[in-house]
Amino acid sequence: MSENTTNRKMLSLVLLAAGAVGLVVALYLDFSGSGNAMRGPLLLIGAIAFLIGLYLFPTVEHHRSIINFIFLFPLLFTFAVTVIIPLLLGIFYSFTDWNGIKFSGFIGLTNYTTMFKDPAFIWSVLLTFLFVIFNMVLVNLVGFSLALLCTSKLKGVNFFRASYFLPNLIGGIVLGYIWQFVFNNVLVQVTAAVSGHQNSILANTKTAFIAIIVVYVWQYAGYIMLIYVTGLTTVPKDVLEASQIDGANAWTTLMKIKIPMIASTITICTFLTLTSAFKQFDVNMALTNGTGSVADFMGSYLTNGTQMLALNIYNTAISKNSYALGQAKAVLFFIILACVSIIQVRISNKKEVEM
Amino acid sequence: MEMKKSRKILLTVIGIIVAVYTLFPFYLVVMNTFKSANSIVSSPVGFEGISVSQLMTNLSSVVNNSNFNFWYAFGTSVIITVVSLIVLALFGGMAAWVICRNKTKWSTAIYMVFIASMIIPFQVVMLPLISTFRDVGNFVGISLLQSIPGIVFAYCGFGGAMTVFILTGFIKGIPYELEEAASIDGCSPEGTFFRIIFPLLTPVITTVTILNGMWIWNDYLLPSLMLGQNGKVKTLPVAVQAFVGSYVKQWDLILTAALLAIIPMVIIFLIAQKQIMNGMVEGAIK
Repeated sequence: MSENTTNRKMLSLVLLAAGAVGLVVALYLDFSGSGNAMRGPLLLIGAIAFLIGLYLFPTVEHHRSIINFIFLFPLLFTFAVTVIIPLLLGIFYSFTDWNGIKFSGFIGLTNYTTMFKDPAFIWSVLLTFLFVIFNMVLVNLVGFSLALLCTSKLKGVNFFRASYFLPNLIGGIVLGYIWQFVFNNVLVQVTAAVSGHQNSILANTKTAFIAIIVVYVWQYAGYIMLIYVTGLTTVPKDVLEASQIDGANAWTTLMKIKIPMIASTITICTFLTLTSAFKQFDVNMALTNGTGSVADFMGSYLTNGTQMLALNIYNTAISKNSYALGQAKAVLFFIILACVSIIQVRISNKKEVEM
Repeated sequence: MEMKKSRKILLTVIGIIVAVYTLFPFYLVVMNTFKSANSIVSSPVGFEGISVSQLMTNLSSVVNNSNFNFWYAFGTSVIITVVSLIVLALFGGMAAWVICRNKTKWSTAIYMVFIASMIIPFQVVMLPLISTFRDVGNFVGISLLQSIPGIVFAYCGFGGAMTVFILTGFIKGIPYELEEAASIDGCSPEGTFFRIIFPLLTPVITTVTILNGMWIWNDYLLPSLMLGQNGKVKTLPVAVQAFVGSYVKQWDLILTAALLAIIPMVIIFLIAQKQIMNGMVEGAIK
């Protein structure tokens, strides 16, 4: 037993030392700028050896703390490198002339003033707000109606539920192209037969915007429906029966009992549609890629008639190579979303207090 | 609570109309993969020009297309999704357990940062993320961009917050007496976690895996930025996007590619329909 402990202690110390040496050597190779291909693997092996050494370290009182550290480390490390550091860097870069690789100096609020002077960007922001409002109303209305349908005593309810949900499984890029086909090849034939025009609705800015809303509602309503279905099934049966006996018709039951009882579900769905509509990117990119002409907006001619905020940020940075400007827009985007989320938390907290 | 018969019929008809509407694009995709490019343009909806041999031609021209490289993209997507899900479930569970069972200032602070980070949109971190990954990759000599481990690393970072959030809620409900009993019996903390807590997490890990899996499998922006549009490594959505870009209006090829991208998801949905729908709802409500 004691020999075992000594062995373990030895092994732990050896691993700790080897790990530390490995880390130091690897970091030295990194900082010295040598292109030694071994430094990456060495760093990894060093870190792992160090952690194993730490794990084997023979201590009773600190063992729990060591385990806590080892358990937290992987997720915290990846989280810091992928979210926290880029977020801080991103806010910092938005005040510089960063070009995606390096920056040469601070330019203060220039990026922010530039973007507010750009009619194309203002258009994108306004369009996004319009899109969000339309979607919030439509997705919730459609989702709620479908949920009522799916909780009624009809045959085939399970089939309906599954088929309404199906669009949600498929990624926006693929969906966007499928709908592009529907609009450009199928719907065109219908409109041609009716009115004689051969114009796709994606060719006109206004109708293309409506098309994006249609696709988005088609994709998202099924998901929102599922959440409403869960909410509606929590409405107690006896309350519904009591109202029936009191002679309430379906409409009164809906307005006076079902809707008030699922108020918290409505809040959840409203904010879910709100934030996801704000972030809409894939469908926008695949369906129109933001194109569409606007004859006159703030005195200039625009070619990004259907470009929403997320796509505008992407195009500014990736296609036009203005990384700092794109980053500044992204920071604004973040601020808008943060405000929305804070309002949501406020509202749901208030509701909980009232109940 | 019997509905009138006429109303029942009316509701059923509405339900069927909506179902036809939601399924119509899928019908179009399936139908048109059986047609040649010419018949797709002349009759996109009807049954004219359908033949199984044409389906085989379309499939083989897409699968064997060197630009699309279907099996390679499919394999890449599967590996990235599966490995990310395992890593997230394991590391997420470990972190959530530590956060939940240690009531110190540190663990509360970490938890708060995780929760707060859930409102961060991807757009605000994506540009610095690429440059950070490039710099770190150059610095340590391990390529994080255009590599599968790099993407898994990124998904672990981005999915971590939500995973921890959902798992913590569940672990709170597991009685602490279980762990005390184990530790009295001489079980080490790590043993307690892996032998007792982790197996108990199965239902909630299913939920988390469904949520993360749908997101990672369908995600376009992160892999397209990290792997590049014309890089060697491609996930399925990135490959579809690149393919469509190079075959504008060749609907026979595009729709066949779309079908191939849809099929795996639909098959999984048909197998695990209940779990997926429940998982999506649970994830939203929490």
